[in-house]
Amino acid sequence: MRAWINRQSLLVDYTLSALARHGGRNLGLFVVYSGIVFVLASTMLFTDALRREARLLLAHSPEVLLQKLKAGRHAYLTREDLESLGQVRGVSRVEGRRWGYFYDPVAGANYTLMAPGVDPPDRGRIDVGDGVARARGLAVGDTLSLRSAAGGLFVLVVGRVFSAESSLVAADLVLMHPTDWEAFFQLPGDVFTDAAFTVDNPQEVRNVARKIGERLPEARVILREELLRTYASLFDWREGILLALAGIAAAAFAILAWNKASGLSADERREIGILKAIGWDTRAVLTMKMWEGALISGGAFAVGFLAAWVHVFHLEAALIVPVLEGWSVLYPRFVLTPAVDAVSLLTLGLLTVLPYTLATLVPAWRAAVTDPDQMMRGTE
Amino acid sequence: MSALIELAGVTKVFHEGQHNALVALCDVDLALEAGRITVLQGPSGSGKSTLLSVLGCLARPTSGRVRVAGEVVSNLPEAFLADVRRRTFGFVFQQFHLIGGLSARTNVMLPAYPTGRTHSEIARRAAELLGQLGLEKLTDARVEWLSGGEQQRVAIARALINDPRVVIADEPTANLDSALSAEFLGILAGLRDEGRTVIMSSHDPRVCEAAVVDRVVRLLDGKVEA
Ligand SMILES: Nc1ncnc2c1ncn2[C@@H]1O[C@H](COP(=O)(O)OP(=O)(O)OP(=O)(O)O)[C@@H](O)[C@H]1O
Ligand SMILES: [Mg+2]
Repeated sequence: MRAWINRQSLLVDYTLSALARHGGRNLGLFVVYSGIVFVLASTMLFTDALRREARLLLAHSPEVLLQKLKAGRHAYLTREDLESLGQVRGVSRVEGRRWGYFYDPVAGANYTLMAPGVDPPDRGRIDVGDGVARARGLAVGDTLSLRSAAGGLFVLVVGRVFSAESSLVAADLVLMHPTDWEAFFQLPGDVFTDAAFTVDNPQEVRNVARKIGERLPEARVILREELLRTYASLFDWREGILLALAGIAAAAFAILAWNKASGLSADERREIGILKAIGWDTRAVLTMKMWEGALISGGAFAVGFLAAWVHVFHLEAALIVPVLEGWSVLYPRFVLTPAVDAVSLLTLGLLTVLPYTLATLVPAWRAAVTDPDQMMRGTE
Repeated sequence: MSALIELAGVTKVFHEGQHNALVALCDVDLALEAGRITVLQGPSGSGKSTLLSVLGCLARPTSGRVRVAGEVVSNLPEAFLADVRRRTFGFVFQQFHLIGGLSARTNVMLPAYPTGRTHSEIARRAAELLGQLGLEKLTDARVEWLSGGEQQRVAIARALINDPRVVIADEPTANLDSALSAEFLGILAGLRDEGRTVIMSSHDPRVCEAAVVDRVVRLLDGKVEA
């Protein structure tokens, strides 16, 4: 075991020096390789993150949601409406939600101002999502001044910054006391933006939703199921992975073809000849070449993947958003929560590193079984 | 049958079957005993380097048979030949064949990389050998900066790093002055006294006639002279 480690470490040592010496060619390969990994990993990280956001968003959303309409426009629900809706058979709970959008000209961002039904912050205090905190540079104890549409200035103390699992769910959220909320939007008490329903029997959701709709004729009823289907069709996982696989296969093929076509340079062949002549066995030569393939492809993978990470999570995926335009409608501000799916990472890693590493062994094997005398003289 | 290396009817043809076919070795029979210093002597182009390559399992003969320590190696595939070579031989090539871009020390250490010894162990031995050959000041220099004689000594140190049973040296003194040549012959005598076998080629009459040399084999046009 010790001998094995010594052997490997010296072979790696040699491989690194060989890579440095045959720099130009390897550098080109490295750049092309990391570029391909960058594109694939950017796509993967981006779609993964969006899919994850959507899943979390849906996990937090109620089974049935109702918005009241008046002349086809959104209208507020009253407490009587809620009481009447709560009597629909099959509804176990109805919760009136109070929220509104607010455009903050200072940060140039939209916030969702919400007065939670349970556990609201004290009056004059707010809890903010990390997106808001970032936009306005807020920490706990700082004050946030907002000028309401009516012109009144609200100075609110940040009691908590919650880092949400998902930025879609809560990054732009500002939670406040119901009285503050009413004053800010100049709304009476007892009005609600929409209503969230909990249904006893999941089998009955459709039925219950229909009955809810009948109870309040001018209303829009939204089912979580339907949202789920909409999202699913947007990021069909299988379609995505297929695309990625096709891309990887094409890329791996291109690299293999190039590598095969160029084979080993005269210098590299001479070097292998010398190494064998001075006592390297075939296994040592192949191990060295395998390290070379692994270092190039593994290094390129690491560089490409890190660059993709920065690109997607810190630079708002600027390079691929135009290509994947459909998604920008869904989520205009791309500050996604960094996350990576181990399976995707492994798949991408194996599919990029393995084929190349194995491919480097083919010309190396051919060289390793040729008489060293021939190779040193360059007559083979 | 006590010979360490035996050649029977060995012929080596380059570019066989082509218009430029060239017979470099022709029906060579040769037996080399262990623990001796043998010198191959002959004019340029007589096949000395080719014979050393075949002896040292760097090339396979076109026909004929080569035995090393009783084992027939002439029909082994290269993968097995490599093992025989690693276990048995240390080479000093006529063109040195050092690896450019690396230091003298690294070049000397290279043959020992796959052996499983530690870096420091190998480095210590390399420094020792380079010291014996008067190169202690140049261990860190890149080999392409060295003079011909210095490169040759690096090549000699490299051949000795794995303590081979057989040292094969092709014109090892061609670039050495007489003092260093004498020193080199001293090193060879030391190796022989440890029971190792030395086979080399040389033009140099001082080498062929040196007291340490046990046997001189003359080559002419690919044939061994009686
Ligand atoms: N790989 C090869 N391909 C073709 N011809 C070769 C090859 N190697 C050697 N030869 C030829 O074989 C003959 C013997 O060459 P070799 O190198 O063995 O001679 P040598 O005795 O070592 O000469 P020198 O003293 O100049 O080194 C020469 O004519 C040479 O041109
Ligand atoms: Mg020669």
